[in-house]
Amino acid sequence: MKIVVCVKHVPDATADRTFTEEGSTDRESVDSLLSELDEYAVEQALRIAESGVDAEISYLTVGPDDAKDALRKALAMGGDSATHVSDEDIEGSDAFGTSLVLARAIERHGFDLVLCGMASTDGTMGVVPALLAERLGVPAVTHIEELTVEDGTVTGRREGDSATVRVQGSLPAVVSVTDRSGDARYPSFKGIMAAKKKPMETLDLADLGIDAGQVGRAGAWSAVDTATRRPPRSKGEIVTDDGTGGTGLAAFLTAKKFA
Amino acid sequence: MAEILVLVDHTEGVVRKPTLELLTLARRLGEPSAVFLGHDADSATEALGRYGAHKVYVVDAPEVDELLVTPAVDALTQIAGSTGPAAILLPSNPDGKETAARVALRLESGLITDAVDITAGEDGPVTEQSAFAATYQVTAHVTRGIPVITVKPNAAAPEPAPVTPEVEKWDVTFGPASAAAKVLSHSPRERGDRPELTEADIVVSGGRGVNGAENFAVIERVADTLGAAVGASRAAVDAGWYPHSHQVGQTGTQVSPQLYLAAGISGAIQHRAGMQTSKTIVAVNKDQDAPIFELADYGVVGDLFQVLPQLVEEIERRRS
Ligand SMILES: Cc1cc2nc3c(=O)[nH]c(=O)nc-3n(C[C@H](O)[C@H](O)[C@H](O)COP(=O)(O)OP(=O)(O)OC[C@H]3O[C@@H](n4cnc5c(N)ncnc54)[C@H](O)[C@@H]3O)c2cc1C
Ligand SMILES: Nc1ncnc2c1ncn2[C@@H]1O[C@H](COP(=O)(O)O)[C@@H](O)[C@H]1O
Repeated sequence: MKIVVCVKHVPDATADRTFTEEGSTDRESVDSLLSELDEYAVEQALRIAESGVDAEISYLTVGPDDAKDALRKALAMGGDSATHVSDEDIEGSDAFGTSLVLARAIERHGFDLVLCGMASTDGTMGVVPALLAERLGVPAVTHIEELTVEDGTVTGRREGDSATVRVQGSLPAVVSVTDRSGDARYPSFKGIMAAKKKPMETLDLADLGIDAGQVGRAGAWSAVDTATRRPPRSKGEIVTDDGTGGTGLAAFLTAKKFA
Repeated sequence: MAEILVLVDHTEGVVRKPTLELLTLARRLGEPSAVFLGHDADSATEALGRYGAHKVYVVDAPEVDELLVTPAVDALTQIAGSTGPAAILLPSNPDGKETAARVALRLESGLITDAVDITAGEDGPVTEQSAFAATYQVTAHVTRGIPVITVKPNAAAPEPAPVTPEVEKWDVTFGPASAAAKVLSHSPRERGDRPELTEADIVVSGGRGVNGAENFAVIERVADTLGAAVGASRAAVDAGWYPHSHQVGQTGTQVSPQLYLAAGISGAIQHRAGMQTSKTIVAVNKDQDAPIFELADYGVVGDLFQVLPQLVEEIERRRS
């Protein structure tokens, strides 16, 4: 079974993230890393392979040069090979552009199962998996907490906004998993060394038969007009409990008409 | 007037509050038409009309219950293809966002997710979004096709604008089931007596400092005194002290209530991502250096097991 795991290289969420003048995520000013939410997808792929399914695991990322780091980290956790799609013209793509590039690369590689994280930690749209399914014409088994792959199907539990749903798709399929699907492993020293020898190919738009105009800022179907830093919340009154902390809080809430 | 399609989020015909917010926002852009999938349209029509839906398109077919997301995609694409609306609004939950993305791709139209406000601009709707754990405010617009926008709960206060909707049944041609995810079972979550997290004016949340499932009674007591919903940090949820459906944050629910009270929560960036836009923030934490205090309009450095029971007592005393 061919498993493709889509992983994104994102600015560190704990750093002070900013926008570029064009309104894109600024990837220069802060360190980037493998999106924590994609580690769960890597983990599920490895567990499927360990469960006895004959699986070949390949990682895929679309991003600038240093996005290779995300692939190295995933390869250090396990798996077989990686593909990096990089092209100047991809810069500024919206979810449609990104999903087009990912879908073409997935088709080129061949797949039975595409695994994704539930959302990227920078854009946080959570729509790329659904767009991949739409483009590839296969079931989207998304937002899954508990995943089983057997008899040519993938089944999982989805915690929706107002209901718990058990869903199933026949393979090939696109699956996205949440941060409750199972803790991701840390790469071992051996894994880190082994990752250096695993094959990694780099592709550009021409390799995938995509025109520059279909992606990037030029090909985007929406535009950011302004991105402004929210004024920091003005620091409020902080009191130390001297035995009347609760009474004081009650007075504050009453004054604000909450109680 | 331009038609605005609004996808209805409902539980067995009971329209959820975010849909009423969508109808309210839709009226700024044109004349709202509701798209209702399911069997209980009759019970929803009155509520939809009360909030200004001039039309209700009803799609009642077995596929709606049998397949995940794709029936709504087929329905909205076909209705939009024939009526040519000026925008399509959907709720920002996993189903709504995935539906929106696929509809937008099929219509070759731009998509904006997680809007917290929408206004009518010269070239169509202008949206406001929060980014990077709500440290940024972004305005954006769609540059191609029919704007498809998902909107977060609490983006607007629902305002009634009663009309009697015209109800129109739609026969949708559904895509092949083989390319869809099948729903094997569907269990609606029990609605307790407390308000829902996304709908509540006040949210009271507990974190690792609550230190045990049984201790969440302390949080619940404060919530009930204030008529609030109960939230929890991921640490508290992961420890099994409170159900995941109550998790506030990046990978939980994102709330924006009038008042957010955080007790025993440190204020990690992923938690802040889910509550930073609350109007008033109050924190109780025994560590004076906890980052949550940077956001707090009022903070008490102290033990939540002392402070919260005293808070409840004092509110009750003031009331009686
Ligand atoms: C990809 C990713 C997604 C995440 N998504 C979320 C999310 O959606 N939501 C979320 O909440 N977190 C999320 N997290 C986790 C987040 O990083 C923090 O680990 C988590 O929020 C910590 O929860 P906490 O504040 O309850 O616990 P801690 O950070 O351990 O803080 C506990 C606090 O309680 C205080 N305390 C202890 N005892 C008492 C007492 N008796 N009285 C008063 N105060 C007391 C302590 O001083 C401390 O400040 C995510 C992390 C990652 C990597
Ligand atoms: N540039 C990218 N490269 C590889 N995978 C991606 C990329 N963007 C998104 N994904 C995948 O799609 C998921 C959801 O992303 P998003 O829709 O951007 O929130 C992520 O968790 C990844 O698995």
